[in-house]
Amino acid sequence: MTSLNAPLLASSALFPPPALCFDGVAYSHENKVLLGPCSFTLEGTGPTLVMGPNGAGKSLLLRLAHGLILPTQGRVAWSGEIRPRQAMVFQQPVLLRRSAVANLIHALAVNNIPRRERSKLAFDALERFGLTTCANTPARVLSGGQQQRLALARAWVLSPQVLFLDEPTSALDPAAIKAVEAAVREFHQRGTRIVMTSHDIHQARRLAGDVLFLSGGKVREHTPAEAFFDAPVSREAQVFVAGELVE
Amino acid sequence: MENNAFYVALSLLLNLDASLFQIVALSLQVSLLAVLIAAVLGFPLGAAVALWRFPARGGVIVVLNALMGLPPVVAGLTVYLLLSRAGPLGEWGLLFTPGAMIIAQVVLVLPILAALSRQKVEELLGEYREQFISLGMSRGRMMPTLLWDARFALLTVLLAGFGRASAEVGAVMMVGGNIEGVTRVMTTAIVLETGKGNLPLALGLGIVLLTLVMLVNAGAYMVGELTRRRTG
Repeated sequence: MTSLNAPLLASSALFPPPALCFDGVAYSHENKVLLGPCSFTLEGTGPTLVMGPNGAGKSLLLRLAHGLILPTQGRVAWSGEIRPRQAMVFQQPVLLRRSAVANLIHALAVNNIPRRERSKLAFDALERFGLTTCANTPARVLSGGQQQRLALARAWVLSPQVLFLDEPTSALDPAAIKAVEAAVREFHQRGTRIVMTSHDIHQARRLAGDVLFLSGGKVREHTPAEAFFDAPVSREAQVFVAGELVE
Repeated sequence: MENNAFYVALSLLLNLDASLFQIVALSLQVSLLAVLIAAVLGFPLGAAVALWRFPARGGVIVVLNALMGLPPVVAGLTVYLLLSRAGPLGEWGLLFTPGAMIIAQVVLVLPILAALSRQKVEELLGEYREQFISLGMSRGRMMPTLLWDARFALLTVLLAGFGRASAEVGAVMMVGGNIEGVTRVMTTAIVLETGKGNLPLALGLGIVLLTLVMLVNAGAYMVGELTRRRTG
């Protein structure tokens, strides 16, 4: 494609995807520990599904990993010295009050992509995510599913090495969920390391390479997907996989 | 009939009274230019206060909010002292010129634009913050994005500023002097005619002024609606 993607393709072909290391990371607010302390390393190709009941600290963990907030204790680090290029897709997509294509062009502009390349990259991404006909529609009047696909397209044009997704399908209908999951697979195939939260066990079965299970702000286990679904180790995960309600 | 204000207003307009048009043109020129200058300074100032955290931030916000209620005569007096012959800016020779009136109105309008845009931008920032950090944007880069995305709210803010400028009489009277053909604007003319007891003419001028403000607001509303429909 363009110069933007060249380094990514080269790096993902030659090097293993960047590993994320949580070293005794904890996050507390007003003397209340909301997450951790936890230590783990996300290696391999993923996708990693961060699972657990509501309030387990999944979103918090993702925000710490992405660097949106800083841990009050411990350290978040990446293998290799440089922080990999990364993007995040939120539960409620945050779109600018502009047209769909202008949202993508803005993301490219703030990432210093040369002006003449922006438009082509943006329209390519819109086409990939089935949004060509909405290119000039104000992003805010798109349907929920279209908005989330636009948020994914915005992540796509940035060619992230790591993509975080925070419950990207929790507010969507089945058809839109299918489209988002297809997009996640496409990112994965391009070599983007996926880290995604979900409380939907069926979705996790469809997507996960490995599962990081949280409950009550603690990491209860981190295992390959098959092992997690067939024989979870921790009591909380056993209850969760069995479909009962976990506190 | 001649004593009816509406008749006077209408005949002023229909007769294309040359001195009236000069007054109207100067009024618009002074107020629009003042609002434009205040916007160029005030919007980035408001956005900066919304974006950056610094020690005296709370104080700056309180001062900006308080200055929204700055009495025009106080602003006029300050600018008068600055621009008077013996004042620090006396060399500019601006006192009793339209330039002085524009400066005085900028002083009045700037706090309104800065304080209200600070509020609007901060609201928007609350919504956009995580996405902006995720995109790796610096605060300086966030500013134009926020100002552009707040454009509809800022248009209303701009109108509030224009309302203040066009309705104001104390400051332009003090620094302009209400000199016929040079610094006479609608509001100062109304004060003068009222003082002379020419109430129908004063009322007629008032009706013309109101109509003008109405037209400017209607124009802004239409521009806002059209762009809103096109870009959301």
